[in-house]
Amino acid sequence: MAQIKVEALDKSFGAFHAVKSASFTVEDGQFLCLLGPSGCGKTTTLRMIAGLELPTSGTIRLDGEDVTMKRASARDIAFVFQLFALYPHMNVRRNIGFPLKCEGISAAERDRRVVEAARILRISHLLDRSVSGLAGGDRQRVALGRAIVRKPKCFLMDEPLGALDTEMREAMIHELRALHDRLGATTVYVTHDQLEAMAMADRIAVMNNGVVEQVASPRDIYDRPASLFVADFIGSPPMNFLPFRGGLQTGAEAIRLGERDVAIPAACEAMAESDLVLGVRPEHVRFTDRGMVRGEVYGTEYLGTTQIVTVTTHYGALKARSPSSRSFRTGETVGLDFRPDTLSIFDKASGRAIRTALHEGGAHG
Amino acid sequence: MISATTAHSVVEPSITTRRFAGSLVVLYAVITMIPLVWIVLTAFKSPDDAISYPPKVMFKPSLEGFCNLFTTRSRQTPEFIRSLGPPQGLCDSIARSRNMVVAGPSNYVPRFINSLIIAFGSTVLAVALGTLSAYGFSRFRVPLKDDLLFFILSTRMMPPIAVAIPIYLMYRTIGLSDTRLGMILLYTSVNVSLAVWLLKGFIDEIPREYEEAAMIDGYTRFQAFVKVVLPQATTGIAATAIFCLIFAWNEYAFAVLLTSGNAQTAPPFIPIIIGEGGQDWPAVAAGTTLFLVPIVVFTVLLRKHLLRGITFGAVRK
Repeated sequence: MAQIKVEALDKSFGAFHAVKSASFTVEDGQFLCLLGPSGCGKTTTLRMIAGLELPTSGTIRLDGEDVTMKRASARDIAFVFQLFALYPHMNVRRNIGFPLKCEGISAAERDRRVVEAARILRISHLLDRSVSGLAGGDRQRVALGRAIVRKPKCFLMDEPLGALDTEMREAMIHELRALHDRLGATTVYVTHDQLEAMAMADRIAVMNNGVVEQVASPRDIYDRPASLFVADFIGSPPMNFLPFRGGLQTGAEAIRLGERDVAIPAACEAMAESDLVLGVRPEHVRFTDRGMVRGEVYGTEYLGTTQIVTVTTHYGALKARSPSSRSFRTGETVGLDFRPDTLSIFDKASGRAIRTALHEGGAHG
Repeated sequence: MISATTAHSVVEPSITTRRFAGSLVVLYAVITMIPLVWIVLTAFKSPDDAISYPPKVMFKPSLEGFCNLFTTRSRQTPEFIRSLGPPQGLCDSIARSRNMVVAGPSNYVPRFINSLIIAFGSTVLAVALGTLSAYGFSRFRVPLKDDLLFFILSTRMMPPIAVAIPIYLMYRTIGLSDTRLGMILLYTSVNVSLAVWLLKGFIDEIPREYEEAAMIDGYTRFQAFVKVVLPQATTGIAATAIFCLIFAWNEYAFAVLLTSGNAQTAPPFIPIIIGEGGQDWPAVAAGTTLFLVPIVVFTVLLRKHLLRGITFGAVRK
């Protein structure tokens, strides 16, 4: 097992700048998710760590060793592909044993390790089946088997659950995390699905347009987004944004929103008068008659225990999460209030989050 | 229930359509089969029956055509033939009934062997080279890839006869004229363009992930190619091999111009089998019939691949 250190990694395909100066570290035994919309460069980053693409510039270190320009086969890593990449002309046993074959491991030892991997993944009964007849989940288990059988330095996974149906995916999320805990293997996992990332990762690296926007624990990513993009991408429904104009002084504990003062976590940096954005998670919006923002109920989405209420306000449509016991009429005028200690403030021009007590509270990313 | 009220499936063709399509296929098959049947029948006719007009459909079968194909004969006086003692086998007795004796084997077998060596040799070479270059074109960023592919295709655009004279002069200079090696190289160069284009299509269909997985697992690219790509490309390779073999097996124009005593293949040899008093049609037909056998056997052996091969890309496996 190993630490992966990616420093200022850049990749261009002709005129297309796929990855822009990406840097992050995956500690030994950590599970890192590369999360972002399609085309954000997360798969390219993973493929560079694997050695399937060579970076335009930057370095990749595996346990301190510079492997940037090394061949994939010399890196001692395992890669799990979205489409499984099981060899159709081999049965399950030979598929799992394939990586061992080129290491010149004896047939007996090979078979012992294949059986062991199959036992861990609970596919022992499938060993002599052809891979073409397997269900999606079993195929992915075979692909995982091929990865774990070699005991590599780290696992790289490229949307391994993307081709599975929802039910299977849920089950595999738990299996994958359990497998990770059991093997303690350093893992980099690419996905565009925030639920997968939130459920599995120790740390998440959110990417957009080739840029790593934030690397932090799932909790920090959600509660303390580092940029407008992260705040918007993570969470369903996403964070509400209320644009306003104003300045901030260090230590300021309120902002002027329209006619009212809104309490915020104390600012840790000063900001000259400019266009800012107040960010509020839907679950941090409270309904109160004395609320600082007033609006009309536009509609509700019933989600079981909670409901999402869309309210048309002066700042645009805001979404609030409310217990589903409360009933709303369309067109009803309501007042909205925000939980002060959870609010984020962004600089609209750069999209960057302004540092406040929110970040001091527990941020370590 | 939809099935209870719908008279026919919307995707399955109706019985009438199927019968019409079926009869069209049968009609086409009959039309294409007539020359073949004609050749096979002629092979078993006597020389007189073969040229009778109107053509005989019912006739007394004879092996004279096959005998004349495999032997050379010389005319002798009846007295000489009577002095020889009993005939040596079937062909000898047929020959004697026409006042001839078998003088020795004909050139058909050596020509046939030349055909086998040249056709299979060039097919193996063309498919091997084609697979490697198709893989290269499919997987690597080759500079001027599209131009190169077009250039490769363009070698097939002119008729062989247009380059036959230059190639003849060239081969004479470098000593490849009338050699098996020369013919193998020539047919390979013609077939390799077809092989590259066909196989590139097949290899494009094989996801890169297979090789990438193998390379991450510690194999070199060439090992990954051999162990992972080739087994999955067998369908395409088989289909390509059949097309290459059919071309090399049947090729006539180059063979006529570039081969004679040593490396001559069967196609230029068969039509010039001369009997007494002109063309020996039963022998020509017998030679043609036997000439069809290897290609039919080869095609039947690879038929499964061929059927999947010519619809490649249409359906995901």
